Amino acid sequence: MASPKDNIKYLSTPAIATNQKKYCRFKKLGITYIDYKDPEFLLKFVNEQGKILPRRITGNSLKFQRRVAQAVKRARHLAILPFVTDLLK
Amino acid sequence: MQHQYETTFVITPILSEEETKKIVKGYVDFLAKNNVKVLNDEHWGLKQLAYPIEKKTTGIYHHIEFIADTDLIDKLELMYRRDEDNILRFLTIRLDKHAAQYNDKKRQGLAGRNKKVVNQIKEESN
Repeated sequence: MASPKDNIKYLSTPAIATNQKKYCRFKKLGITYIDYKDPEFLLKFVNEQGKILPRRITGNSLKFQRRVAQAVKRARHLAILPFVTDLLK
Repeated sequence: MQHQYETTFVITPILSEEETKKIVKGYVDFLAKNNVKVLNDEHWGLKQLAYPIEKKTTGIYHHIEFIADTDLIDKLELMYRRDEDNILRFLTIRLDKHAAQYNDKKRQGLAGRNKKVVNQIKEESN
C-alpha cells in the first residue's frame, strides 16, 4: 500500500526534504573559548524567550554546547542576559 | 599555587561617583596588598541590567583579571558578601588555558568584539 506521502506529487523537490548538514561552528572556526561577557555572540544560541537552544537546532558538538550553556548561565547571573523575556532579538 | 582568575561585580547605581570609585579602589587595593598581579582592570560603567536586581534596573560593572593564590579567593568573596548593600552581584571565575589565551589576545586587540586588523595595530604602535 503506497503511503499517502507518496502520491503527493511536488512540482519541484521541496527544500524541507533536503536539510543542510549541520556542523559545529566552534570546530570549524577553531574557537576554543566562549566569552560569557559578550552578549551579541551568546544571543545566537538563545531563542526569543531567552531560553538556550538545543543542540539539534544549533548543531553544536556536545563539548561546546555545554560550554555555551555554562557561558549563558554565567551571563544570566551577571544580568548580561535575561532569564526569561519576550522578543529578545 | 597561583592561578589566573577574573572577577566581575555590579555596584548599585544610587551611589555617587566618588563613592563607587572608593569601593572599586578598595577591592583593587585589597588585591594589590597580598602579592596579586592584576592583569586587567576594566570599568564598564553604568549598564542596563537584563532584569531588575533589588528593584534597580541599572548597575555599575567592574571587571578585574588577576593571578592569585587559591586561598585569596575566599577572602575576596567574603569581602563581597560583607559589602552587601553596595555590591548587587559578583562572579569570580578561574580561567583555564583557553580562557587565559583568549583574554591575552583580547587585550592585544586580536580577539573579541572590537578586534583590530593586524596592520591596524602596527600603524598604532609605530
